[in-house]
Amino acid sequence: MRVGLFVTCLVDAVRPRIGFATIKLLEAAGCEVTVPAQQTCCGQPGYNAGDRKSAVALARKFLNEFEAFDYVVVPSGSCAGMIRVHYPDVLRDDPALLARITALGQRTYELTDFLTHIAMPENIPGKFKGTLTYHDSCSGLRELNIYNQPRVLLANMADVKISEMVESTTCCGFGGTFSVKYGELSTRMADNKCRHITDTHASAIVGGDLGCLLNIEGRLRRNGDHTTRVLHIAEALSGLDEEAP
Amino acid sequence: MQNTSLQFKKQVTIKLADVRLQDALSRLQSRFVGGRAAVISEIHDLEETRIAAAAIRDHALNNLDYWLQHFEQQATARGAIVHWAETGDDVNRIVTEIAALHNVKTAAKSKSMVSEECGLNDALEEAGVAVMETDLGEYILQLAHEAPSHIVAPVVHKNKEEIADLFAEKHHTPRKTDIAELCREAREILRPAFLNADMGISGANFLIAETGSALIVTNEGNGRLVTTLPRVHVAITGIEKVVPTLEDVTTLLRLLPRSATGQSITNYVSVLTGTKKPEDHDGPEHFHIILLDNGRSSLIGGDMQEMLRCIRCGACMNHCPVYQNIGGHAYGWVYPGPMGSILTPVLGGIENSPDLPNASTLCGACAVVCPVKIPLPDLLRKLREKQMQLGMKSRQETFMLKAWAWLALHPRLYAKATAIGVRMLKLIGGNKKLIHTLPGAGGWTDGRDFPAPAGKTFRELYQQGKHK
Repeated sequence: MRVGLFVTCLVDAVRPRIGFATIKLLEAAGCEVTVPAQQTCCGQPGYNAGDRKSAVALARKFLNEFEAFDYVVVPSGSCAGMIRVHYPDVLRDDPALLARITALGQRTYELTDFLTHIAMPENIPGKFKGTLTYHDSCSGLRELNIYNQPRVLLANMADVKISEMVESTTCCGFGGTFSVKYGELSTRMADNKCRHITDTHASAIVGGDLGCLLNIEGRLRRNGDHTTRVLHIAEALSGLDEEAP
Repeated sequence: MQNTSLQFKKQVTIKLADVRLQDALSRLQSRFVGGRAAVISEIHDLEETRIAAAAIRDHALNNLDYWLQHFEQQATARGAIVHWAETGDDVNRIVTEIAALHNVKTAAKSKSMVSEECGLNDALEEAGVAVMETDLGEYILQLAHEAPSHIVAPVVHKNKEEIADLFAEKHHTPRKTDIAELCREAREILRPAFLNADMGISGANFLIAETGSALIVTNEGNGRLVTTLPRVHVAITGIEKVVPTLEDVTTLLRLLPRSATGQSITNYVSVLTGTKKPEDHDGPEHFHIILLDNGRSSLIGGDMQEMLRCIRCGACMNHCPVYQNIGGHAYGWVYPGPMGSILTPVLGGIENSPDLPNASTLCGACAVVCPVKIPLPDLLRKLREKQMQLGMKSRQETFMLKAWAWLALHPRLYAKATAIGVRMLKLIGGNKKLIHTLPGAGGWTDGRDFPAPAGKTFRELYQQGKHK
């Protein structure tokens, strides 16, 4: 099974380890993973800010780079949702491209969705021990129906206990450029999320979208919490959750 | 009502720091989110019902001219008089003319958000008609000279203590904090108002074309008193509220109370049809129905038409994490929350509400609960696109977006630029790997530290064969 990995711009720049963790999981599931070298950003920041034109160009670019694969896997519900749900809207004015992007969208999966529905690894290599709590990021949850998938995968890890926070499905306040434009409001929303996380006494908060995780980590640290670990689901599942040597 | 949504950002700061408001808002979720969740599952075919409800609304909107004329014919045949108002001022003029015609001195009013659009109470007072709001929440707000902050629970921003203070001051009675006693006190004042009013004013949740009826859903019973006791009844609503048949309404009524207040059905569902007949025990001698456009018709056939499906349940605001943290007043006009972030710029001019379409994370919680499946996040995004086309975005934002997109379309430069960027950010992050201030992103770092990047991009590490 030939899988194209769309790393996402945020993982590429801010936490590359998540990319390697994703490759490790996909290879454990028997996939042949390729990382197209020309990939950049899916165009969501512009699309959500009203810059449709740029989104069209980036959707076409994505189509050309990934159409040859059996599947595309993305370690982010937000970017996967952009490709699966929104690219057809972006390319709606070109029937030929629309048909191609819709077909490719159907083969594009968020990581945990892919692992549970298409290729389940025999063993989850993760080494995490202890209690963690899971934040459901909005796009993955509401655009791709990702809720059980990460929990099913985490349940395969013998030493992990999940302690659910209240309102795990409420937005953390990130929202891309929203978090910069309406920083005060965004921070309050992050605060609510941090309070719910702290109340679980979990040693780690895990999620499937780096944007949300940076927002949550950023607020936890500013509030003086330097011990609660903030992990991407790929890091937790792969065992690549420690600092790279 | 004046649109003050230009002040949105300033209001957010004020509302976030308002301890009483935050206390009041903290109870919103259990009451409305929990309330809806508890009863919505009673509809075993919920998704099909939502699809059917959306289809009923779409059919009415796609044939709006036909159904409105049909409604007018049927209402007129039953003795009502239908008035067409293009603007809020037209509504005010028509109501004051009706009041003058029937020598009206006092009016009792049940809740109507459309009348808030018009600023009707002020216009009537100016014309010498004493108006009393009879919905308990609206009555409290009338005493306090405040606007509603929620379309279903208008006084949700106030707590019991504030209301106790207000009643003691305005009613000149000993202060009481027991809710039942506060209600009794209001009731004693409102009862004579119903009995003495020359005119009753209501809204209408739906207009039923086949019978020419106005339908209202209420819980306190004031709506029924206001629409049946006074000799003149004026119902005011938006032109988009029409549906073809009573059967259509039953589908919508399965969703409206459950989505709004978490009730399977409201205490009262009043179908108001025509004037009082000789054999009737009650009902108005004169029944006027005023249908307001106020910009609504300009949405027909356009890319925002889906917004007109709205049946005003308020579920979008109850489930909105932004509304939950700032309440309704910050939005600056009649309709708050996600629906308001669309209606206010659409009806009041996109240039007058630059923040509202942007003040959302597009989390999608509103669209999931909308009983008529309005794609609220998509409509917000469309408004952002319009802002971009109209050049309303700041030069800095437009530049950043365009620059990022340009870079993303040039992978080799992108790779170089990101490689340099992450090295710089790593340096700024220092030993603690946290960035406390970031030029150009103060909105982020005022309240958060930015976790510093690792210093090399995935692309670089992958090409170096790091994963082998």
